[in-house]
Amino acid sequence: MRKLVCQLQGINKSFGQNHVLRGVDFSLFAGEIVVLMGANGAGKSTLVKLICGYHTLDDGSMALDGEPYQPADPASAIAAGVVTVHQSINDGVIPDLDISTNLMLDQLTKPRAGLWVRDGRLRKDAQAVAQSMGITTDVRTRVADLGVADRQMIAIARAMARAPKVLILDEPTSSLSAAEAERLFSLLDTLRQQGVAILYISHRMSDVRRVADRIVCMRDGAISGVFADQPLDYDGAVTAMLGHSIQETGIELASAGKPVLALKELCIEPDSTPIDFTANEGEIVAITGLLGSGKSRLADILFGIKPPGAGEMFLDNQPYQPNTCAQAVEAGVFMSPKDRSSNAVVPEFSIANNMSLPFLNMFCRWGILSSRLQKSASDQMIDELGIVCQSANDDINTLSGGNQQKVIVGRWLLKPCRVLLLDEPFQGVDIGARRDIGRRIRETSDNRATIVFVSETDEALEIADRILVLHESRVVGEHVNQQINMDALVEQVSGAQVTPSVATSS
Amino acid sequence: MKNDRFLNLAIRYGFLVLLAILIVFFSLSASGFATPRSAVFILQSVAITGILALGVTCTLVVDGFDLSIGSVATSALMLSAYSMVILEHSAVVAVLLCLAMGALVGLINGLLIVKFRVPDLLATLGMMFLLIGLQRIPTQGNSIATGMRLSDGSAAEGTFSAAFLWLGRHRFDFFLERLVPVPVVVFLLIAVAIWVFLELTRHGRLMYAIGSNERAASLVGANVNRYKIVAYMISGVTASIGGILLAARLGRGDIASGNNLLLDSVAAALIGFAVLGAARANAFGTAIGALFVGILLQGLTMMNAPYYTQDFVKGVILVAALVFTFYLSARRGASGKTSTNTK
Repeated sequence: MRKLVCQLQGINKSFGQNHVLRGVDFSLFAGEIVVLMGANGAGKSTLVKLICGYHTLDDGSMALDGEPYQPADPASAIAAGVVTVHQSINDGVIPDLDISTNLMLDQLTKPRAGLWVRDGRLRKDAQAVAQSMGITTDVRTRVADLGVADRQMIAIARAMARAPKVLILDEPTSSLSAAEAERLFSLLDTLRQQGVAILYISHRMSDVRRVADRIVCMRDGAISGVFADQPLDYDGAVTAMLGHSIQETGIELASAGKPVLALKELCIEPDSTPIDFTANEGEIVAITGLLGSGKSRLADILFGIKPPGAGEMFLDNQPYQPNTCAQAVEAGVFMSPKDRSSNAVVPEFSIANNMSLPFLNMFCRWGILSSRLQKSASDQMIDELGIVCQSANDDINTLSGGNQQKVIVGRWLLKPCRVLLLDEPFQGVDIGARRDIGRRIRETSDNRATIVFVSETDEALEIADRILVLHESRVVGEHVNQQINMDALVEQVSGAQVTPSVATSS
Repeated sequence: MKNDRFLNLAIRYGFLVLLAILIVFFSLSASGFATPRSAVFILQSVAITGILALGVTCTLVVDGFDLSIGSVATSALMLSAYSMVILEHSAVVAVLLCLAMGALVGLINGLLIVKFRVPDLLATLGMMFLLIGLQRIPTQGNSIATGMRLSDGSAAEGTFSAAFLWLGRHRFDFFLERLVPVPVVVFLLIAVAIWVFLELTRHGRLMYAIGSNERAASLVGANVNRYKIVAYMISGVTASIGGILLAARLGRGDIASGNNLLLDSVAAALIGFAVLGAARANAFGTAIGALFVGILLQGLTMMNAPYYTQDFVKGVILVAALVFTFYLSARRGASGKTSTNTK
């Protein structure tokens, strides 16, 4: 019988009215790698933050080695033996210092650490840690001079220097190449043998296949599936992650008009398989795929943020090669970007100013901005999208996530366009706001082509006339949104049809 | 709830109320404070720093900073003197040269920051050193005055033209004879122009958007780099205007003048954050910030406070204003939120 290391029971957590975790039960055993899968907003990062002490739980209990465990802050979690390597590697290392200092930082921050740094001893200790982790680089090398994989190794080695009982890795391979990831995996194998309980968070199927002893899927704040029986049911896990219970949304297929945007032999990455694709007037196309499938990059290419690997684009039969977002907007291609808080919301501005930002010259009289015009246009959009607020002059930060997203989408509905791109328009948006946004997008879609990039299959089914599935930067499936073969769709999303050798060579 | 409202009022009007209290206090306790001449004297004492501060406000709006304004102003001072006294140019040529120099320095600052990715503080710090050094080279480190001895032994033939000196010394009649000096008028005009530009035009709105979330601004199609460069060019040009006015007032290219310009004007712009609870750079606040410092110093001087306490007083105001801005406004931001963002 394996030893139970960490146990969570009936965990609940809310942020305001947003109920993020709903009764999560969860356990980790020594010498086992558990992969936690979940789409954006499923609550997995909140769960991790609870375990590593960033948040405190509202309800439920956690136990570590049979003792009650309630970390007040990250430092006490670490002291208790729960160590986390966060997704962004640079949070885990200090680039301007050398490897030995990085590895031994904890020794330096100990309450009773001496005043003087004894470099020789530091280096010797660091050398020992490095060797145990299979790091062969000279410990005097500055971390800034190392590659991403080596930095990741350093971050993990530092975590290991604390002799953790539980190691949490959040998307550790998101910036690693296949060979670098393999180094990480063999390290994980070693740690597993040493009896560390490892929680590994990833959507990458190739990672999951390689490391998982057990898969736990989360969806909408609850555990939606646990897969422990060998061989692991990967497709079942993807289905549990993306959700099966798809309501009939009653999409009436739009009759597609003339082609608006055409991609000819377009390569998303320089070496990826070319894509041919046409978006027609009046039609809404959803492009779906997991993280890293290339859909965000495709959105960036269409909006002129990144150049295509190869190939051509046509807008209304004219060549379309935007070099900047401004040129794309000029040509009538608008995009509401993903991750609104860093890419779209201007935090110090009111709703009206946020909404009218792209088209300020529409609201100018003799070069002077008219707040009256801005407000009347915003008021109309607030009505049409059902934005809950006191007035258009409210600060954007007073709105909930869903209402903020409505403002950001409304921004691009102020003016007619040829192509409307929506990258993850439902990210961090509650179901009500999601319906409102989807309804308004469908209502206004007549005279343009609309392309929605979503990683959740549900969302695609809810809004689109046609669904395209991307996997590793190529189109692996296309479905008209009526009586879709869900099994085939989920298989394509997860890349289950792709042979493993291709899947790991990303 | 009542507390919140009081806090909001305090944040919004606290600084203006404080200013009013100061004025009333000095009017009562220092005879001669509440006269037009004294008011104009205050305006005159803050006009040049105010002009520089308005320029640095534009760079603060795009989340930048311009440390080179002080040295741009002194460079303009030396350049105008050199141009008229040694090169014997007319006033118009001298002024245009200085404005062009300011714009060029701003352009270089902007390019360093935008194209070469040098952090704003470091780029403009470098530019500051460069200009402080550069302005001394043509005269071998000497000040420039009419009739000065040149390196070849002859005397300089050129003079500061009357038209140029008019810029610094003329006073317009305004109710009283010879009341309002030209620099004060220029200061007020620039203040209004910058205010209109930042608050009322779409360019200003986009600059605020860039300062608040650069990525969001670029994704709606704003040319972020161009706006940043423009901000530094505005800053350079206003600083050179300040330098021209200083030269016209002094009537010589004094190498040692203008030492305090940078710190005084940055302080004015930062004090401006607190005015009307804006918690960000704004032209109105900057102008009020400059006046605030001027009024306080004038009042204290009239009450016989020694001159060497001036910098200390400025420092106290600045620290108070910053606490006001960052502590109180942050508290308001936290309590004003009706919903919590999960991210």
